[in-house]
Amino acid sequence: MPSPLLTLRGLGKSYGSVRANHAIDLEVAEGSIHAILGENGAGKSTLMKLIYGVETPDAGEILWRGAPLRVTSPAEARRAGIGMVFQHFSLFDTLTVVENISLVVPGTKADLGQRIRTLGQTFGLDVDPQAYVHALSVGERQRVEIIRCLMTDPRLLILDEPTSVLPPQSVERLFQTLQRLKEGGVSILFISHKLDEVRAICDRATILRAGTVVDNVDPRGHDAHALARMMIGHAMPEMAHARSLAPGEVLLQVDRLNHRPDDPFAMALADMSFEVRTGEVLGLAGVSGNGQAELTRLISGEWTLPRADAERVRMMGRPVGDRGAADRRELGFAFVPEERLGRGAVPDMSLADNSLLTAHRLGLVRNGLIDRTREAAFTRRCIEEFDVRAPGPEAEAGALSGGNLQKFIVGRELMLAPRLLFVAQPTWGVDIGAATAIRRRLVELRNQGCAIFVISEEIEELFEICDRVMVIREGRLSPSLRIAETDVQEVGRYMVGTREGTGGGDERAHS
Amino acid sequence: MTELPFRLRLIRRDGASRRAALLAPLAALLAAGLVNFLLYIAMGKDPAAVFYAMLVEPFVSWSSFSEVLLKLTPLLLIAEGLAVGFRAKVINIGAEGQFILGAIFAASIPVWFPEATGGWIWALMLLLGGIGGALWATVPAFWRVRLNASEILVTLMMSLIAAQLLNYLLVGPWKDPMGFNFPQSVMFQNDAILPTLIPGTRVNVALILAFVWAGLIYLYMQKSFQGYQLLVGGLAPHATAYAGFSEGRAVWLSLLIGGFAAGLAGAAEVAGPLGQLQRSVSSGYGYTAIIVAYLGGLHPIGIIFSSLLIAALNIGGDNAMVSADLPKAAVEVFQGSLLVFYLAAITLVRFRIQWRPPQEVRA
Amino acid sequence: MSGLAFIIAGMLAAATPFLLAALGELVAERSGVLNLGIEGMMAFGAVVAFIIVHQGGGHAAGFLAAGVAGMALALVFAWLALSLRANQVAAGLAIAILGEGLSALFGKTYESTTVTGLPKIAVPGLADLPVAGGLFQQDPIVWLTLLATLGLWYALRFTKLGLVIRAVGENPGAARAIGYPVLAIRYGAVAFGGLMAGFAGAYASTVYTPLWAEGMIAGRGWIALALVVFATWMTGRVFFGAVLFGAVSLGGLAAQASGVSLNSQFLASLPYIVTIIVLGIISSNKRLLKINGVASLGEPFGP
Repeated sequence: MPSPLLTLRGLGKSYGSVRANHAIDLEVAEGSIHAILGENGAGKSTLMKLIYGVETPDAGEILWRGAPLRVTSPAEARRAGIGMVFQHFSLFDTLTVVENISLVVPGTKADLGQRIRTLGQTFGLDVDPQAYVHALSVGERQRVEIIRCLMTDPRLLILDEPTSVLPPQSVERLFQTLQRLKEGGVSILFISHKLDEVRAICDRATILRAGTVVDNVDPRGHDAHALARMMIGHAMPEMAHARSLAPGEVLLQVDRLNHRPDDPFAMALADMSFEVRTGEVLGLAGVSGNGQAELTRLISGEWTLPRADAERVRMMGRPVGDRGAADRRELGFAFVPEERLGRGAVPDMSLADNSLLTAHRLGLVRNGLIDRTREAAFTRRCIEEFDVRAPGPEAEAGALSGGNLQKFIVGRELMLAPRLLFVAQPTWGVDIGAATAIRRRLVELRNQGCAIFVISEEIEELFEICDRVMVIREGRLSPSLRIAETDVQEVGRYMVGTREGTGGGDERAHS
Repeated sequence: MTELPFRLRLIRRDGASRRAALLAPLAALLAAGLVNFLLYIAMGKDPAAVFYAMLVEPFVSWSSFSEVLLKLTPLLLIAEGLAVGFRAKVINIGAEGQFILGAIFAASIPVWFPEATGGWIWALMLLLGGIGGALWATVPAFWRVRLNASEILVTLMMSLIAAQLLNYLLVGPWKDPMGFNFPQSVMFQNDAILPTLIPGTRVNVALILAFVWAGLIYLYMQKSFQGYQLLVGGLAPHATAYAGFSEGRAVWLSLLIGGFAAGLAGAAEVAGPLGQLQRSVSSGYGYTAIIVAYLGGLHPIGIIFSSLLIAALNIGGDNAMVSADLPKAAVEVFQGSLLVFYLAAITLVRFRIQWRPPQEVRA
Repeated sequence: MSGLAFIIAGMLAAATPFLLAALGELVAERSGVLNLGIEGMMAFGAVVAFIIVHQGGGHAAGFLAAGVAGMALALVFAWLALSLRANQVAAGLAIAILGEGLSALFGKTYESTTVTGLPKIAVPGLADLPVAGGLFQQDPIVWLTLLATLGLWYALRFTKLGLVIRAVGENPGAARAIGYPVLAIRYGAVAFGGLMAGFAGAYASTVYTPLWAEGMIAGRGWIALALVVFATWMTGRVFFGAVLFGAVSLGGLAAQASGVSLNSQFLASLPYIVTIIVLGIISSNKRLLKINGVASLGEPFGP
């Protein structure tokens, strides 16, 4: 029997006191698509960085075709025949496609441009070599990353959560490319936490939990429930799909909103109108970079409109378009942003001081001075009620894991007892248990009569908690769709644009 | 290919280390002392004599210590004001110019009304000085808030302009007609001079003012909600917008507080030890205070200690000039290297250092 | 000589200290590092060059030593800002203060002494043109600086090294992920900035005004920093900005010479006033800054 392409024996990596990977054993066969399955924080990304030489392991060894391999940098990994496509692309926005590629692959620009075209035709990865990366859609960027890897002629291609950024239709297209690569003799290490995808294209699956390998199976021989159990250690928590309530008063109204940002790389918003009522959850789906960030800032009040446009955004019946975040919060608005560190929380401050950020209006400040006793009491309550794993109110926000910090921020905002709640990416990077808890809280809140607006890139999540969903694309909104009357495919079609919506469609992040 | 030319890795701590924060200035003082020790040897000076003059002599006699207190006054005032801005990431490096404007504003009363009498005159001069410094800081504030221009460069340019404005006044309209053509104003009348605090020394009421100011800044930055908002702005600007705190207000407050403090110090200088407006009114207090602010960890209490240290070094430098024949600039070098080593040492507040090379993968 | 001819003849020389320093800072900033210490590196370079030329070492040795001196300070900065991830603003200020201190210390005994500058090299034919003739009659450093400007423009725009520097400045995380040694590249860029600032100081003290006076750099390092912003990080515009400042600093003198009564303190302030005004105009165009700016400028990067 030939030795496997890649073998890991007892690989380990710790960051301070956190054991990201421990005693990992893994074998990737030649010409296979091998999944690394695990939920957020299971150590998948760390493992890939060890293989690709971005990080060096503390323990264990890596064998390449049976012989020991020591990689201390990505350049060495590439020379050995290992390529990697990162989840957050390692491309440079202000450079062209061919310039980006020339940073990794030697050769003249004309020569490289030709090879980019040829590879594109062979593997269904067409992209314009002269285009600037900032003008490309997310799918096109991913293609550039894959081409860049292929040009170094790898035997093993690592893809880190490649589908998380794509609309459903583009996922199909990516899978076709991967199949062709496999037929061309390239092995693929496919990192994911999406069970259906793994079952669809992978030959083997290694399952990681809390940094260790828990199983190694043929994913086609197990159903999604069984894989989920292996992944999280117990059965997938069920989410009872809540019944819709009768819609009540309009608390958020966006009316013919147009916006052209100062930032040339930001998306302009055109003619947006929608409303959110008490007792309902409205979701916004879309491929990232289509105007979500801009709309978010205009609703949160981090960006404001000129006074003449105050009526474009109304909260609790009042025009607030020209009002900052503080004024909107006074009306009973609360907001959980997608960036936790540096936006939703100050990393270098204690949790107690982070409570003050928005909860100061709950009597934590008296006569202009901070009431430390109340501040600590509030924080302690938040930590207890929302199951934040932290030593106490004095712990620094930056020292918490992503999931725990998210619980803290969601908790802080919910404790403000908002009438209107806006949450962006409620469960990004949060483990499944905590994610379920957060989603349950949102639905409970809705049942108590809160109006909720949610932005998420996970369609499944929106289908779980929303009553209605809209899709944003190129700074425009689709009509709102009742969850009960739509499906993932329809939402996906709006994500890529109806015109190109059937088969092999393309999605644009920027025009 | 390894990432670093050195085998040094920084590992982020879970929280700031208080111990490292307290030890950093001492470690920096030791390191700077060592480097400057070598420098003095290279220059053929006796390092022992220099260090005695610089670090010990200021404290051995009451008369020299009173000079330290006199020197400390402007440094403490300015550095406390600057630290407010630095912590809010509003980097005002133009305290020198704001100081000069404070001195000019304060001098306007004795220059224009040399006959005026009354105990209110020096008090009014101090107030005017503060206003003058704050006014000079409105330009960078406006430029930053409305025009998005770097306050670092604008405050510095404003200082260079202020120095020329002072020159203009002293060789032109404000020159003392009886002053043998020296670029200086008339000597101020008695009521335009700050009351002496300690008889027999030059220490005046401005020293009390400086400590009151330090107390106010402490209250403001450590206890008040407005100070907290400035801190958030410095640590995480996006969190400021998220919470709905006004960034523009933070810039205005930072620059006005810094400018007011520097202007006050300028007024206290002309109405105190100088007694007239001179070209060398500042002798670099505005720049030295930047070092004082950082060296004090930008903390209102820490700055009291750092201003004492730097004031002593400066008085000691004057001593060393006489006793060890060392140019005054040696003090600047000492202060500069002190800041360099301090910035190196405070890395340890946030990071642990791992010296060993990346581990070999075990076979 | 008419006022115009005077300005045309002198503006390149007046621009040279700005240009050298700003080109060096441009490279450092392109790689994502903001070094505010130029004024200090220039001052230190100036004194080192002056001492060597004064001692009879010649201009070549003087410039070389000044470059090394500037680079030494730049490496101290890099150690703080890159290896130790100190606040880049504070580290830059420390270098500015330290450099000026060293300059004053070493220059003490040379106060008000002079050295001989460099002879001018004329372009045959062109140097005899009316009015513009002076433009073609410059000292060798000016000519070398012009060459260096062209070379740098080419290097940043068309070479792999330039591409790598820009990539590191835009997204150090991605550059590291694809295998570039981010810190080493930034060390190099900062060291280059120090070298050029040292040259700039040497030119100011041994060629442009070959007379030692404490504080002779007089804010030119800070103006060079502003020039990089004015130029929105583009080499060609740095050149035009520097020439503009050269012309401004001569314009007042020319006006005075031609009989216009101008206050000398106002004249001395003119470059600073112009800096503030232009900075306001350019910075208020946020779109322009965003398009041409360096995304990771001033942010510490830890592997």
